[in-house]
Amino acid sequence: MKVCMFHLMPYRDLPPDFARRYSSAYIDPQWFDVADADKVGLYFNWTLDELVYAAKAGMHGVCTNQHHQNVYGFMANPSLMGSVLAKLTNGENTAIIQIGSTLPSTSPPTRIAEEYAIIDCISGGRLVAGFPTGLPADATIANGIVPLDQRERYREALDLVIKAWSAKERFAWNGKHYQLPAVTLWPRPIQQPHPPIWIPGSGISSTAEYVVEHDHCFCHLSYQGAKNAENVADRYWQLAAEKGRDANPYRFGFLQLIGISETDAEAEEYARHAEYFYHNLLSTPSHYMAIPGCLEYNALQAAVANPTRNFNLRDMKFKDLVDRGFVIVGSAKSVRDQLLEAVKRLRIGHLMTLLHFGSMPGELCRKNIDLFTREVLPHLAPLWDDEWEDRWWPARLRETRRARAPAPAAS
Amino acid sequence: MAETCRLKLWQDKVETEVEISGSGQPLLYLHGPWGLAPDRSFIERLAAANKVYAPRHPGTTRGDPNAAHAINTLWDLIVYYEELMDGLGLESVALAGHSFGGLVAAEIAANAPARVRRLVLIDPVGLWRDDHPVQNWMILPDASRPKALFADPAGDAAKRFFALPEDKDARTQAIVAFVWAQACTGKYIWPIPDKGLKHRIHRISAPTLVLWGKEDAIAAQDYAGEFAARIKGARVEFVDRAGHLPHLEQGERAAALVRSFLAG
Repeated sequence: MKVCMFHLMPYRDLPPDFARRYSSAYIDPQWFDVADADKVGLYFNWTLDELVYAAKAGMHGVCTNQHHQNVYGFMANPSLMGSVLAKLTNGENTAIIQIGSTLPSTSPPTRIAEEYAIIDCISGGRLVAGFPTGLPADATIANGIVPLDQRERYREALDLVIKAWSAKERFAWNGKHYQLPAVTLWPRPIQQPHPPIWIPGSGISSTAEYVVEHDHCFCHLSYQGAKNAENVADRYWQLAAEKGRDANPYRFGFLQLIGISETDAEAEEYARHAEYFYHNLLSTPSHYMAIPGCLEYNALQAAVANPTRNFNLRDMKFKDLVDRGFVIVGSAKSVRDQLLEAVKRLRIGHLMTLLHFGSMPGELCRKNIDLFTREVLPHLAPLWDDEWEDRWWPARLRETRRARAPAPAAS
Repeated sequence: MAETCRLKLWQDKVETEVEISGSGQPLLYLHGPWGLAPDRSFIERLAAANKVYAPRHPGTTRGDPNAAHAINTLWDLIVYYEELMDGLGLESVALAGHSFGGLVAAEIAANAPARVRRLVLIDPVGLWRDDHPVQNWMILPDASRPKALFADPAGDAAKRFFALPEDKDARTQAIVAFVWAQACTGKYIWPIPDKGLKHRIHRISAPTLVLWGKEDAIAAQDYAGEFAARIKGARVEFVDRAGHLPHLEQGERAAALVRSFLAG
């Protein structure tokens, strides 16, 4: 399997009374009341450092993402980060996973096709092209996109981007949302006809269906942990089977918060960072997320008829977060056992690990990466490869991996 | 009791239910962002003196939710409404609209002045002032919505507006309809309900009544003057103890003002 390091680039040092002052991590917090641009400069550098550190420590990929106008993660243009990572990891067998730029809120979307192609060229063909639809608040509030248009724009933009990457002749695009007189993209990605495509989603809706139909990789980016993802994973695999797709685990990606210490007891050192993450950063009230029109009609009906369970995150202490499986923490052995079980149960081919979360300082993050890559990763990496090929991984990295024939370390 | 007719318009891509009630001079009534259902009590009052045609905005007719995708722009929507008037055989008509429906009514009256005999705008959106930004009702927390929409958030009108059926399926359908109506209407005004009406509004020639809830927290009462200043001869009436939905909160008072204006 493939294991990657994901980073949100959060604000790491919010005022202690942040949760009392703001009920939302999005839109409401005032920059000049809570933030400091010098600190943010450090955060961006630390984020790049931590991702590069993870790449050099042996993680298979590094992931960036796009969010706006919030404290929980604000890589407003992930291509800026991805291009730096591509340069700094040249020579490593690391995928640059942009998961990624949000098509509906970028106009014209060929801009993203260009940026991704640049990253693919700089990295020597190591790009994974992720295409999130974008959180409702990001797309409709920060970027002003009409909620009802978000998914239509997304589908049209993705068709346009894929065509722009590989078309041999220049073409005119006369779409519903985009019109361009002559598309003849410079540069093109090294990976032809297109880099592997991963599409994140928070549940099984029209997006998951689209992903299966188009044979891309679906990534369930949940912050509620593998334990609470069984239903989504089961429905995803059922959907894949119904649509005639095989059960290749590499069709499925999953995100998990992980904290490793020398012993189970010492994992308490992650407590305040996990609580900071769930109490401060993950406050995404429904009026900024369930914006009328962002769910298409059938999905809206399903969501109203079967509402997902809402946890009151701010009431959950570290112990609750651990007990309920939101975060997996402990000694390397405890974490390994839990992850092996989760990966097999959910059939995860691409595991995205959040080894930095909340207010975690760089030192602890690096220790987490060290322990993970040394004592957990070697046990996860060999999974699936005897039976399945990762068709959603950059081809040049697949060849390198085969040549190196990774050997698992002894338990 | 209203009779319902169902029209297939826009190259058969949009199905629209129109509720028709009362008798007298025809009045086309365009509902606000929350669907036709909440406005029925007001329509009944108007039907005492007029034959009221109350269409549902595209996408909000049950069985055809995706009609909203078939009408792409506000321009298309206004042309579509002319087609709807043709379909109903209404060559020239009195036209009334609330909130989003008020914007559409004003646009129709500016685009086809000869087809609108009299115009009633009830707390319409469509103009913008930086010192009184129109509150985006689609991103309100549930708990703030009653206070944003009603002068008396605990009053009977608010209670009726937010009431949900006991039956689980009916409840689901009511919530879906409430959200989807905002999605379909919001399409034409997101993210700011200033889509250029200010450039066209001078073309309105129909005698116009601008009705405003004095405590409107969505579009402040200052907007009444903004509309009146741009529509020649427009008359403004404020409704006391009413927010953004004066036709529900002070239904009889609002209906009396409209009936008297239409009869004048």
